[in-house]
Amino acid sequence: MAGNSDLDVAYVARLARINLTKDEAEIFQKQLDDVLRYVEKLREVDVTGIDVAAHALPVVFRDDAPRDWFTAEQALGNAPRQANGLFVVPKVVE
Amino acid sequence: MIGNDLLALSIADLQPLLRRREVSPREVIDGLRERIEVIDGNLGAYLSLDVEAAIKEAERANVDLPLGGIPIAIKDIINVMSQPCTCASKILNGYRAPYDATVIQKLRAAGAIPFGKTNLDEFAMGSSTENSALKSTRNPWDLSRVPGGSSGGSATAVAVGEAFGALGSDTGGSIRQPAALCGVVGLKPTYGRVSRFGLVAFASSLDQVGPVTKTVRDAALILNAIGGHDPQDSISLNEPVPDYLAELGNDLRGVRLGVPKEYMIEGIDPQVRAAIDAAVKQLNSLGAEIVEVSLPSTEYAIAVYYIIATAEASANLARFDGVRYGYRAENPKDVLDLYGRTREEGFGPEVKRRIILGTYVLSSGYYDAYYLRAQKVRELIRQDFARVFQNVDALISPTSPVAAFKLGERSADPLQMYLADIFTIAANLAGICGISIPCGFAELNGHRLPIGLQLLGKPLDEARILQIAHAYEQSTDWHKARPPIASNAPRL
Repeated sequence: MAGNSDLDVAYVARLARINLTKDEAEIFQKQLDDVLRYVEKLREVDVTGIDVAAHALPVVFRDDAPRDWFTAEQALGNAPRQANGLFVVPKVVE
Repeated sequence: MIGNDLLALSIADLQPLLRRREVSPREVIDGLRERIEVIDGNLGAYLSLDVEAAIKEAERANVDLPLGGIPIAIKDIINVMSQPCTCASKILNGYRAPYDATVIQKLRAAGAIPFGKTNLDEFAMGSSTENSALKSTRNPWDLSRVPGGSSGGSATAVAVGEAFGALGSDTGGSIRQPAALCGVVGLKPTYGRVSRFGLVAFASSLDQVGPVTKTVRDAALILNAIGGHDPQDSISLNEPVPDYLAELGNDLRGVRLGVPKEYMIEGIDPQVRAAIDAAVKQLNSLGAEIVEVSLPSTEYAIAVYYIIATAEASANLARFDGVRYGYRAENPKDVLDLYGRTREEGFGPEVKRRIILGTYVLSSGYYDAYYLRAQKVRELIRQDFARVFQNVDALISPTSPVAAFKLGERSADPLQMYLADIFTIAANLAGICGISIPCGFAELNGHRLPIGLQLLGKPLDEARILQIAHAYEQSTDWHKARPPIASNAPRL
């Protein structure tokens, strides 16, 4: 159920893997339509010839060198469900 | 046990007492704990407090180190080993940090004691701390008002002497704006100056960690400790860290300050405008030359920000899926149901809104119109600053167009909340540094509400804005004012 913009909140929420109640989807639709109407003002800016910088400053890479980090127990320590040194999730492939 | 006088001290004034053994680090921790027990029930600055761990560290603290024996409160979006890191979200329920963030390692190496995790807007998304899913934080100057956000817990704790200093994070003003609304100092370092390794990511091209303190000198002390290169943060700058205390005390002769004409907009509260005008005069009388400058792309900053920040958030928050840590929905029937319900039940409304908006602006067919265009306008904003910084050393503006607003006043309308970030957001988009310092009070319904002065500086020129901020601060008494709830706090 799209509002005044092209945004269909219910559809995009599914893409983002967030279930929404019908009420929530309706409120968000109105609020985000307002935000999208506001950002329309960017259309009036002349951006011809502008080179896009993904970051304000250059990216620096480090050596891909092995180092000590979490043990398997530490990495699994916060898992809601784990067994046999693995994260447990519902069956993915039938 | 230490009392109100000692809890009001700055870090720099507490240090000599520790070093002369007049006060022990253990007594400092006990004093803070008592203060928190007595007044935090009304304020809600803290989400958790590991007293035992802090006492252990206090008992072996080396007070001769740069921050030896000084407790520092930590915004609960920065990982501190073995402690919760909730991000004020239900989705991190039960999580305990398996490591220290780089800034925590650096604080410990400087002798500081991380003590207490402070409240925030969920995942740092907000300007009032009202988006915390766990707790409500109140402005210490008027308990019916917001402390600002997202680092509202850190700013409140420092303002009332529940902390001597704190760390916050700033993606669009989240250190500077709460500092302004609570009457303390907040510094957002240059993008890349301070490592974000161990800071839970919100918008990776904008996020920075920085200090919230009672004085400018304390902000310099903490930046000395946490600044510097970290190979574990890919955008960390490999540039030397100067001694940020070195320039403090230098006068302002020869300093040129710019007042951006686009920042003097309608909608600035008259009392805020009067305080900023007076601060500009004061800086001028201290020897600084004041010139008007133009940042023509200013009016687009908020629109650019809410496209770029939400786009990056939608990617960063994909990791909260109920598999590796935190909350998980019960009895999922398949893996999509696990993701969808975990995120429905775990995230609050503002986080959901931003993930949905960010997913949309990155989606096929809309990427060019929204995300790519926003990146281009961001470049224009960056060029605006680069141009004016050829002629001035720093820029002056209000930190926030208004003093603290009422709890609930803006929370129903996200766009109105976003518009209040007008003066802070551009610094993150341009990657420059900025500081907010107290510069007066607005009088509202019998309450005094702090007003913040913002100074913006060139990339890696923190030393200069600290120098200017310090000169202003030392010529006024604003930083000495404390909220009544702090000075009248009863003993246990």
